[in-house]
Amino acid sequence: MDAALKKSLYRSMLNIRLVEERIAALYPEQEMRCPVHLCIGQEAAEAGSALALNKDDQAVSGHRSHGHYLAKGGSLKSMMAEIYGKATGCAGGKGGSMHLVDVDAGFLGSAPIVGSTIPIGVGAALSAQMQGTDRVVMVYLGDGAAETGVFYESLNFAALKNLAVVFVCENNLYSVYSPLDVRQPAGRTLADLARAHGIESHCADGNDVETVYEMTRDAVATARRGAGPVFLEFATYRWREHCGPNFDNHIGYRSEDEYEAWQLRDPVALYRNRLIKDGVADALELDVLADDLNADLNEAVAFAKTSPFPSPETAPANVYAGER
Amino acid sequence: MSRSLKYFEALREAQDQCMAADDSVYVMGLGVPDPLGIFGTTKGLQEKYGPARVMDIPLAENAMTGVAIGSAITGMRPVMTHQRVDFALVAMEQIINQAAKWQYMFDGVHKVPLVIRMIIGRGWGQGPQHSQSLQSLFAHIPGLIVVMPTTAYDAKGLLISAIESDNPVVMLEHRWLYGISDQVPTEVYRVPLGKAHVMREGTDVSLVGLSYMSLENVRAAELLEARGVSAEVIDVRSLRPLDEQTILTSVRKTGRLVMADTASKMYGASAEIVALACEKAFEALKCQPERVTLPDYPAPTSPALSADYYPRAADIAARVLTMMGREVDEDLFAVAEGQNHDQPDPSFTGPF
Repeated sequence: MDAALKKSLYRSMLNIRLVEERIAALYPEQEMRCPVHLCIGQEAAEAGSALALNKDDQAVSGHRSHGHYLAKGGSLKSMMAEIYGKATGCAGGKGGSMHLVDVDAGFLGSAPIVGSTIPIGVGAALSAQMQGTDRVVMVYLGDGAAETGVFYESLNFAALKNLAVVFVCENNLYSVYSPLDVRQPAGRTLADLARAHGIESHCADGNDVETVYEMTRDAVATARRGAGPVFLEFATYRWREHCGPNFDNHIGYRSEDEYEAWQLRDPVALYRNRLIKDGVADALELDVLADDLNADLNEAVAFAKTSPFPSPETAPANVYAGER
Repeated sequence: MSRSLKYFEALREAQDQCMAADDSVYVMGLGVPDPLGIFGTTKGLQEKYGPARVMDIPLAENAMTGVAIGSAITGMRPVMTHQRVDFALVAMEQIINQAAKWQYMFDGVHKVPLVIRMIIGRGWGQGPQHSQSLQSLFAHIPGLIVVMPTTAYDAKGLLISAIESDNPVVMLEHRWLYGISDQVPTEVYRVPLGKAHVMREGTDVSLVGLSYMSLENVRAAELLEARGVSAEVIDVRSLRPLDEQTILTSVRKTGRLVMADTASKMYGASAEIVALACEKAFEALKCQPERVTLPDYPAPTSPALSADYYPRAADIAARVLTMMGREVDEDLFAVAEGQNHDQPDPSFTGPF
């Protein structure tokens, strides 16, 4: 892995971290008037997987999709404006944080009904196959989605048709406040479920961005050459509350010890230290990178805040095609 | 040029011609390429267009609807078929949350050119889960287009319009219409989505109907004509968008409305049509509108239990005569010898 790629991985992770921290900081202003599901703590699984795709590859995601959208190359300005409900948002203010889209960047869309975008991503891969392209579709999902019926139906069909799909499952151990052990039997991985469908499946540390990248790169290559879908399960952890800007360890569904143990495995800090230790980058360079990202972020926030709201008479528009 | 074609043949021809014209059109559904080909509506298409474009599917209606949506937003034009409406219920999440919303919630970035064909069963003991008529569930949802062709001519023309539309279209096909012939042009033609069809003109009462009930309305109009009553028959054809103008024009002309639905009454399409007349043509109404619907219980299986389940032309005509203060004669209910209530015609001998 060359230095430029390593820096790209770090940059993408750091960008997600800074954006999410900024949203958390600004949220109390009550100008972002929609639910936000922040992905702080999960940046390695998101950046490492998305960077293994080509620009014209495609991705779909669920409710916690900021990281996937940004790592895939979605416009930061359009995302911030969407969260602020502005006309310049990626969905014109119709969707908000849970409905991000940037087709030019290959991010087809996100939707918060858990599991529901899995078959839609598989359908995009069916298009790729029918259209004779070698486009790969990445389907982002979490551990909760693996409990939905549509998950199994989708794995079966992707395997049946040998579709170029890479399923990236971020297992962050919780569905809202419900831990994995009340939802799934012990001793069985999510990757086991995919493997049972005849799909090549792997588990790995989702907080190690290079591992994620390399594993996904291989999976994407497998899918692209027509050798079928691949399922990747990455262990990771959400730092903040399920929905919203705060921390919620005090409410009692998870322990402070568990949270602190995962904080010690902060994917962004670990990788920063590694890049410096390995001589790939020095601290000053990485600080300058953070400054650059913050400058873009400042600009995006200003753009979002100063953009006009959509006019109320546009509320009924685009229920049907051809109205845009 | 046109010739006599049965409803199911018209549906097949529409798909055939759309697939020939546009490589992005493909057909999927359980049993689509099987030897019976969805009551003949997809028969022979796989031989002509291959297994990739005429695709059998796993028994996974929900995911397969999502697959259809995913392919529709990326350049394909899927036509999905359910052998009964009832099977589509397991796909309601994808239909309502996804197919109907992807255009709006991304503000027009995506279009969803998807057709979902659903067959309404009736007769021969189809029972509670094989003969529901659930058009109002779909017609309630902004973002969906919902059509119910009654004639073979409309079946072909509406299906072509549906396939060419950039919107998700739910098409409900009544099983008892499949064997009925009509003059159908050989060439490609379109029946517009959102236009009702005046099947018969009249001046005394507007008989508005859906799908198979529009045929009962035509028969009712004949019974009424013999009794000196002139009935106008309007086939709604498209529930969403609804052709309000054609219905209101008729109601304003006749001052009387009987709405016949293939479904039960409460919260159904019949309520919407009656509400439309009351809200927008109240001043023209000479008496309260009437609704002819199924009773508010599921379709029973035994012929003994289903004998009175489905209203027929005589019931509609009787309702009209009553609303006009006319006597209802017993001849109205004389059933032609050999006609059973659970068969559309003697050629229909089940099993489904």
